[in-house]
Amino acid sequence: MTLLERQYEQMLTIRRFEETLLRLFSEGKLTGTTHTYIGQEADAVGVIAHLDPERDVVFSNHRCHGHYIAFTGDLFGLLSEVMGRSTGTCGGKGGSQHLHRGNFYSNGVQGSIVPVSTGIALAEKEKGTGAVTTVFVGDGTLGQGALYECLNMASLWSLPLLVVVENNHYAQTTPRHLAVAGDIRARGAAFGIETDELDSTDVEEIHSAAQRAVDHVRTTGRPFFLVLHTYRFSPHSKGDDFRDPEEIAQRRAHDPLLVAGARLDGDVRARIDEAVERLIAETVEAAEAAPVAGA
Amino acid sequence: MSGQPRCVQVLNGALAEIFETRDDVILLGEDLLDPYGGAFKVSEGLSDRWPERVLTTPISEASLFGVAAGMALRGRRPILEIMFGDFIALGFDQIVNGISKFREMFDDQVAVPLVVRTPMGGRRGYGPTHSQSLEKLLMGVPGIVVVATSECHDLRALLVSAVDDDRPVFLIENKLMYGRPNRRPVGGYLDELRVVETETRYPALTFSGSDFEGGAATIVTYGGMLPIVLEAATELILEHEVFCEVVALSQLLPLDLEPVVESVARTGACVTAEEGGLTGGVGAEIAARVQERSWGDLRRPVQRVAAHDGVIPAARELENQALPGVRDVIDAVAAVAGVRI
Ligand SMILES: Cc1ncc(C[n+]2csc(CCOP(=O)(O)OP(=O)(O)O)c2C)c(N)n1
Ligand SMILES: [Mg+2]
Repeated sequence: MTLLERQYEQMLTIRRFEETLLRLFSEGKLTGTTHTYIGQEADAVGVIAHLDPERDVVFSNHRCHGHYIAFTGDLFGLLSEVMGRSTGTCGGKGGSQHLHRGNFYSNGVQGSIVPVSTGIALAEKEKGTGAVTTVFVGDGTLGQGALYECLNMASLWSLPLLVVVENNHYAQTTPRHLAVAGDIRARGAAFGIETDELDSTDVEEIHSAAQRAVDHVRTTGRPFFLVLHTYRFSPHSKGDDFRDPEEIAQRRAHDPLLVAGARLDGDVRARIDEAVERLIAETVEAAEAAPVAGA
Repeated sequence: MSGQPRCVQVLNGALAEIFETRDDVILLGEDLLDPYGGAFKVSEGLSDRWPERVLTTPISEASLFGVAAGMALRGRRPILEIMFGDFIALGFDQIVNGISKFREMFDDQVAVPLVVRTPMGGRRGYGPTHSQSLEKLLMGVPGIVVVATSECHDLRALLVSAVDDDRPVFLIENKLMYGRPNRRPVGGYLDELRVVETETRYPALTFSGSDFEGGAATIVTYGGMLPIVLEAATELILEHEVFCEVVALSQLLPLDLEPVVESVARTGACVTAEEGGLTGGVGAEIAARVQERSWGDLRRPVQRVAAHDGVIPAARELENQALPGVRDVIDAVAAVAGVRI
């Protein structure tokens, strides 16, 4: 498989997984909450390709399924976790926003993951493992003060920490202009941290920018602040979308799957599409058959 | 007694011993570097000997709890010094939604072996935001261990045990305690009082002036209130011939109830004494549990001695009025024991 084929396959897997969750919710087969990654897949796939799941660490937020799948490939553990099965990656205790497997963690309180990631980067530095710790935050989370405390410490202490800001222009229902003053990238630069910024849904472009970011952290041991402008096509959670449908439609024209898919050979793409559909169907079947946690 | 080292020296020595015996421990907090050595000097001399293991930090409490958690998740044993106990308030998100939860919510696949050390308590005129005893706020956070030090506990053992513990431990120190001798019982006695110590990881000390032959009441206390309670108990014996047992807990959460229940079975009455505010306090939890477990032993309802519910003023007399003293303890004992004093 070429790199692009693999990227497309990963993005499609995330997309179909998330669509499946929304369907299962509407069928009443899921309870609780979920925040789907539909539209942002190129970020997770582009960044996480440069990380080694055996060594590097990823800390994600409430919108964590895409990062989890790109890092661990564990669809069954994730789906059964969200479905409240004992086979879930946290035995059903965590649910959609609280995942842990290997070197992957997530937590659902905005901003509170950044201090923990900073501590992880400090520990890995002390241990001399060479690990890069990557933390994903949204634009809305730029309102949390702890994030700035941590940019300060990561820079002061030269920590191998990659902060990825996924600016999808909304925090729940609040548009960016009501919540984020000034320039996003400048926030990292203000602490003497190397930064980059990209407005793209092209997974190959994101892959290249992320390569430079991860390489920087790996070779210098210093933090990096990477701003990825993006968009989510689906509601914040479920049925809570108040955005202009016209705006969403315009963004959908730049769907990362369309951008990458157009570069693939038609037959190859059809084969990947089919394989992903099959994988998702099998995962749903297996998770539905798994024992209910606490039963 | 004056030959005994001061509490701050014992804690300082324990930190040095921990650095000597473990290589996974790092101490972090504000203003820790020598020659200053921390606001209360507990870390004095450590950064000179181990410069790479004492990390002085920016004033970022909201994050520092999380930084310690992240280190602990990855196999380190951080000790976080919070300069004043009042400032744990800044860390509550990390405490409630991270530190205390990671182990269980990640299905026991992780541990968070960190220690937070912080001094609580007033009586130094520091005023409303530097004098509180906020450990009661931690009592409602399952998943952490709250340990109160006192001048009569083996402070070295408490600190070493906390660092060895795989759970997150909040080690509550006390500002007045630091400068006092670590008064350990000798041969089962502290002055005229007999003392027994539980053989638990975080021991409770039970003091008796009557050789555990019963008494008028059990006074349950911890931390900086212990010397005040011992003074009250001594005065009750010497001036009123009223004998009490004093239970000095170290493990507040999960609450170490057994020594209390055992003592109440002998005395039939219970007073709780703490320096924190009354409402929702540690004593409230103890009282509820004692009444559940020891109802048949109790002659009267449990009485609580605590600070008033309000600010702790800076001016000395006002501060004294706000905080519980010897007289309050004696009055409460008189009330539960049904004696006139
Ligand atoms: C501390 C905190 N406040 C509020 C919430 C509720 N909440 C969940 S997601 C969200 C919006 C987050 O926006 P952003 O950081 O931009 O991430 P996005 O959802 O766009 O990926 C909010 C307010 C929360 N989880 N944590
Ligand atoms: Mg957003």
